[in-house]
Amino acid sequence: MDKLSKENKEYLIKRNTNEYEVVIGLEVHAQVLSESKLFSTSPTKFGSEPNTQVSLVDAAFPGMLPVINEFCIKQAIKTGIGLNAKINKKSIFDRKNYFYADLPQGYQISQYKNPIVGEGTVTLDLPNGEKKIGIERLHLEQDAGKSIHDIDPNNTLVDLNRSGVALMEIVSKPDLRSLDEVNSYIKKLRSIMRYLGTCDGNMQEGSLRADVNVSVRKKGSKELGTRCEIKNVNSIKFMQMAIDYEANRQVDVIEEGGSIDQETRLFDTKKNETRSMRSKEDAHDYRYFPDPDLLPLELDENFINDIKKNIPELPDEKKKRFIEKFKLSPYEANILVSDIDTSKYFEEVSKNSDVKLATNWITGELFALLNEKNLEITESPISSKNLSKLINLIKKGVISGKIAKTIFELMSDGDKDPEKIVEEKGLKQQSDPKELEKIIDKIISENPKNVELYKSGKDKLFGFFVGQVMKSSGGKANPQLVNEILKKKLN
Amino acid sequence: MSNIIDLKLFELVEKIKKKEISSNEVTKAFIDRSQKSKKLNSYITENFENALQKAKQFDEKPDFNKKLPGIPLAVKDLFCTKNIRTTAGSKILENFFPTYESTVTQNILDEGGIIIGKLNCDEFAMGSSNETSFFGNVQNPISENLVPGGSSGGSSSALAAKLTPATIGTDTGGSIRQPASFTGTVGLKPTYGSCSRYGVVAFASSLDQAGPMTQNVKDSALMLEVISSYDNKDSTSVDFKRGQYLKDLNENIKGKKIGIPKQYRVDGMPKEIDELWKKGMKIIEDNGGEIIEINLPNTNYALPTYYIVAPAEASSNLARYDGVKYGFRSKGKNLIDMYEKTRSEGFGDEVKRRIMIGTYVLSSGYYDAYYLKAQKVRRLIKNDFDHAYKKVDAILTPSTPSSAFKIGEKTNDPVSMYLNDIFTVPINLAGLPAISIPAGHDKSGYPLGLQVIGKAFDEQNILNIAYSIEKNINFKNNINDWWIN
Repeated sequence: MDKLSKENKEYLIKRNTNEYEVVIGLEVHAQVLSESKLFSTSPTKFGSEPNTQVSLVDAAFPGMLPVINEFCIKQAIKTGIGLNAKINKKSIFDRKNYFYADLPQGYQISQYKNPIVGEGTVTLDLPNGEKKIGIERLHLEQDAGKSIHDIDPNNTLVDLNRSGVALMEIVSKPDLRSLDEVNSYIKKLRSIMRYLGTCDGNMQEGSLRADVNVSVRKKGSKELGTRCEIKNVNSIKFMQMAIDYEANRQVDVIEEGGSIDQETRLFDTKKNETRSMRSKEDAHDYRYFPDPDLLPLELDENFINDIKKNIPELPDEKKKRFIEKFKLSPYEANILVSDIDTSKYFEEVSKNSDVKLATNWITGELFALLNEKNLEITESPISSKNLSKLINLIKKGVISGKIAKTIFELMSDGDKDPEKIVEEKGLKQQSDPKELEKIIDKIISENPKNVELYKSGKDKLFGFFVGQVMKSSGGKANPQLVNEILKKKLN
Repeated sequence: MSNIIDLKLFELVEKIKKKEISSNEVTKAFIDRSQKSKKLNSYITENFENALQKAKQFDEKPDFNKKLPGIPLAVKDLFCTKNIRTTAGSKILENFFPTYESTVTQNILDEGGIIIGKLNCDEFAMGSSNETSFFGNVQNPISENLVPGGSSGGSSSALAAKLTPATIGTDTGGSIRQPASFTGTVGLKPTYGSCSRYGVVAFASSLDQAGPMTQNVKDSALMLEVISSYDNKDSTSVDFKRGQYLKDLNENIKGKKIGIPKQYRVDGMPKEIDELWKKGMKIIEDNGGEIIEINLPNTNYALPTYYIVAPAEASSNLARYDGVKYGFRSKGKNLIDMYEKTRSEGFGDEVKRRIMIGTYVLSSGYYDAYYLKAQKVRRLIKNDFDHAYKKVDAILTPSTPSSAFKIGEKTNDPVSMYLNDIFTVPINLAGLPAISIPAGHDKSGYPLGLQVIGKAFDEQNILNIAYSIEKNINFKNNINDWWIN
């Protein structure tokens, strides 16, 4: 699988002489970034003491009524715009009825037939080019609470802090064909929502989870196979493992002459397998109907336009701008725009220093450093201001690239100013031709034999002289000048 | 002051304002009579001691600018009242004490009212005779073993028996107007969206509406002024300019066009009701109004539509009573078993019947044929009224197709029970305001009511028409206090 994810070659499952294509659709549940819940004023902060963020509405006390949080509506519209999708001027909140201990109302308020956002597209940046993935819809719904089965041996405990938190369910069309595309799709969604500030995309905290629909069909076939839905997978790695397992399982069933039953399955992360949860026949009858406590949501043109006006530059546009304005390669631009904080950092550095160098230093040294220390770019030990200073020192020829790497390491300890390091440690590049001439003359006079050999045609010895000069200057000699002077003196 | 209980609400307000009587005296008088009237079973929960304390506090620091200065009131037990038990007439909420106050009761408290108790009602307001209450039948003060109507049966009984000077009920399909009609009192169902549903135990959200139940039209205007308010805690609350219903109350109906829907002449309706209706028409004409025959062609479909929409919403609204968070819980082997036992034991038969109907009509495969069809018919019924209101200012009909019946008479025949709501449910489906006023008696001497239906948010108009009829009809309730020794 690792190999696959690096090469992005066609994802096919082979059995005997048959080749199967895997068709994947995702239903991503993204927690709306908001201070309060979708229909109540309770706070949404993650990780609070159990049952401390619960209002009478969230706990479904008698006579309590939902009141829509306008901010969450705006967030959904923003996201819809980010997905290049149609914003529906009229949408309806429905009740999805089922009993569970962590669902206090006995129904989830969701959107069924009339979602707030309709069809859209997401563009994936794959190694072999772009691919557009269709979005079927985005709708708003309440999250449920949490049932905790492993604290008390005899009882299930319920934490309602999450009950009523706003979720956006983003449903893709069955356009994904490989594990890499799944990876790229989730990352792109996450990137877009983080740019917009509509979801923090934190998969560990459950802000982003997905139900995965998988089906297989013989390569070349145009008809979709019967799909299975794998519920609630909460990391890209697990999604890929689940899909790989499930697709292979389906192929095996078909190869043995069987047929796929449409069903809901669970992914067991420990055993790395999917298991049947319930068949289509056992599927819940959710008895959806419009929530009579809420009027249909009607949006006027101005409301939507005001949101449109304030949409920030999104990754696709930013990428285009970086390529055009900074002459970056699409590959470089992708790396820099995929995360909003990286792009911000890059823009801050490149605003005050050379773009090419900024690109190389960020994607090279800085990423390596962050990786090694397991830090986000927002926690970078080197500020954008000091990195641009370092780049300027290189660009002006004050220091060599090699010295710069030493300075970079020193900077990472407490975000030190590179200019001060250069001064304190005397790392300034020797660029005075007169001083360099002195050193060079000394080296020439100390190595008469090699001078002779060089002059008799042994060109390779030029490198020896450069090396000697650099060594003698403590690495500080400006290599370009050294080259020039040496050539003059030796020829 | 033995005659305090005979005073009208507005008279009590005046006398307290003039300092002729104190809140304590008034409160004590109604509590005393309530205590002598346990046989009626009007109350589920008494709040007498606390109310007397509040009355004393009011007298110590009276505020005569309030609309209900120190006035004691008992309210239907469907309104959540802070720290006062609220049961909705159900075992499942037998010991439920809200930590919050419904907007409607808060409005009463804010205007100086004092809650003296919570009144019996059909379980979750599902019923037309108050016989589905977990807390037992309620007696109609008109005659022993007569139902007081429902679902606001405790309210109508307590009001007619003068245990409270006024009260509030809720009306989903007639639950204010029918019991008012059965007890010779005035019941007003305001336009949907007038009174907040916040803190009112929900039966059918798109139909439920709180409203005043009073001895007379003037008191009704006063109470409506108190309880009607825009509330941002209820998304279906409507932000319209509320009238000064009491101040603007007048009996001048000159030039008013009143519609008479021919579809309300149903088969088997007692002759007295038809005669009463004609009497009402005559009064309107005598006072300068004009009677116009109108057509509400979809009236016949209102009852079946109602009995799809209301149970559908109820089946979902009552899902929260699952034994997990509050209320009654039965022990079970596992979660599902606990749910089943809790809800089997916690709900009564009528509630279970409606949950089952509602679950059925929303089920996949049946949704389109029942729920969706009913929603379409509901729209047609509303269109009927919209069409009629192009020609008339209000509509006059009987309130119910019969007078009060005996306790137990219809308990085994739900359809015949449901037929009681035939004149009231179309109004809820259309979201309109309507008032029932006592207009006469049947041959057994039981009261009968007339219903005035208005345009949306036109409460003032129907209050005025009702006021005019009231002035001319000279209705008197025959109550002999049979339940007091």
